Amino acid sequence: MAERPLTSTFDPAGPRSLEAYVRGGGYAAARRALAEMTPAAVAGEVKAAELRGRGGAGFPAGVKWSFIPRTDPGPFYLCVNADEGEPGTFKDRHILAHDPHLLLEGIILCAYAVGVHTAYIYIRGEYEEPARRLEKAIAEAAGAGVLGASVLGSGFSLDVIVHRGAGAYICGEETALLESLEGFRGKPRLKPPFPAAVGLFGKPTVINNVETLAHLPAVIRNGASWFLGLGKPKDGGTRLVSVSGSVVRPGVYELPIGTPLRDVVFVHAGGLAPGRTLKAVIPGGMSSAVLGPGEIDVPMDSASLAAAGSMIGSAGVIVIDDAVSMKTVLDRISRFYAHESCGQCTPCRVGTSWIRRIVLRRGAGEGRAGDLDRIVRLAGAMKGRTLCPFGDAAAVPILALVTKFRAELEQ
Amino acid sequence: MTNAFPSGLRTRIEAILARYPNRRAALLPVLHLVQRERGFIGPEDEAEAAVLCGLRPVEVREVLTFYTMFRREPAGRHLLRVCTNLSCSIRGSAGILDHLRRAFGLQPGRTTPDGRFTLVEVECLGACDKGPCLLAGDTLHENLTPAALDAILRELE
Ligand SMILES: Cc1cc2nc3c(=O)[nH]c(=O)nc-3n(C[C@H](O)[C@H](O)[C@H](O)COP(=O)(O)O)c2cc1C
Ligand code: SF4
Ligand code: FES
Repeated sequence: MAERPLTSTFDPAGPRSLEAYVRGGGYAAARRALAEMTPAAVAGEVKAAELRGRGGAGFPAGVKWSFIPRTDPGPFYLCVNADEGEPGTFKDRHILAHDPHLLLEGIILCAYAVGVHTAYIYIRGEYEEPARRLEKAIAEAAGAGVLGASVLGSGFSLDVIVHRGAGAYICGEETALLESLEGFRGKPRLKPPFPAAVGLFGKPTVINNVETLAHLPAVIRNGASWFLGLGKPKDGGTRLVSVSGSVVRPGVYELPIGTPLRDVVFVHAGGLAPGRTLKAVIPGGMSSAVLGPGEIDVPMDSASLAAAGSMIGSAGVIVIDDAVSMKTVLDRISRFYAHESCGQCTPCRVGTSWIRRIVLRRGAGEGRAGDLDRIVRLAGAMKGRTLCPFGDAAAVPILALVTKFRAELEQ
Repeated sequence: MTNAFPSGLRTRIEAILARYPNRRAALLPVLHLVQRERGFIGPEDEAEAAVLCGLRPVEVREVLTFYTMFRREPAGRHLLRVCTNLSCSIRGSAGILDHLRRAFGLQPGRTTPDGRFTLVEVECLGACDKGPCLLAGDTLHENLTPAALDAILRELE
């Protein structure tokens, strides 16, 4: 049985209380780090563990933290990305539902390593119940001296504040998140400067996904080489894989990095319903390129999925069987990106809305010759030509779909 | 300063303002709070939020209209948000919308004449494994079937 450091102690009955979390060994890693390790030692351990960001871009967390300019007088901020808007992804909700203290312990470790005294958790507005649960866990932790003026008696201070979004996928993009947190429209900022230099309120800022941070207690508890050993070189640990769509057992699975996508679908998620056949798999959330049934013998890690022409993204696996029409898939995908574009740059605003218009008129039986080529041209014109990665996130899945399933879409 | 907000609300807003280094950052939480209290955010609320966050009313309007969860008009007593994104659609969200239309006369984007329900279609709610799903107010309902829907809606007066 593979190790599941993140989820093996989750209680199916609901969120673990502070008391239950501590009873299960919780906050021991943070306590030891704060008492016995320097911030640089904590950061070094995380860097050696090759913990890649679980939010979508897959950037190594330890490297990201090292970009905070040590000469800056601060304050530094941590923004926890709990926006989880990528369709097909529900792993962060899983963590928040079962173990909010695991996230809080991860936040403490990151904050200590980077020198942050205020962390904001940006949580999507629709997660009202998870947000309330988080507030409760934070109050519990503050009441017990786990957070606040002297975290676990160490003299290190940390406040954690929950900040709710209000319904906008783009606010998951890190610089849009910063804009939104500051009380503006969620429009991405031009980079550079990167948030590590000029972030929240103009100060150096680390932005990490919920799951990324939730892995930290195990990294510190068991060490970098153990964590690295769970996964692949340059891509350590386990990963929460969300599986949805046409499978018998949809859900969140904690799997070693590098688990074959085929096993995710057919072993862990139980395969398809009897009599159904596999048509396609979207491996890394809606923004990743769809794979055909002959393309799923690929290990789920950043490098392998990139080599297969897709990406691991948020590890949101959406399974599509022969009963689902690819026209429906194109309809849902094109609607999503047209609706969620922030409209700030022309290729994305115009591209997503034109693609949407073409898909709609085809749906209404008013398709014209060359429509699919038009879609390919519009998507191609977006790719690599937009202010933020949303343009690629919209173009890539549409291009893959139209290229690989052209015959069905032509009908 | 205007005095449109009751004092209880103002106290809670002061507590929110204290969490940020500037007043503007409190805008989203303040708008959430006002909407929870009032059901929507009207022109006077906008003006009041502007004063509290140190902004011009037009700046509040700009932000408000960017985010889909904020409402500038009253909704029905119960806001039903049905996910129709890909995973839910694979698992039957079209049938759910169909049932809402036929059994309850509900149309996406509309409020029933008796003011009981407002229905909106939303993008992925992060519960794709248990689709089709719906947020009724703050409560998430998963694995919906027409029968389950009937039971849920019956409870909502
Ligand atoms: C359009 C768009 C949406 C995104 N949505 C999310 C999201 O919902 N959650 C998330 O953690 N990261 C999201 N990201 C990635 C973030 O920009 C950022 O890379 C991430 O939060 C960094 O954390 P990590 O390094 O721990 O993964 C999104 C990126 C883009 C371009
Ligand atoms: S690419 Fe799209 S979402 Fe990103 S800034 Fe441009 S318009 Fe906005
Ligand atoms: S697609 Fe409906 S909750 Fe994700």
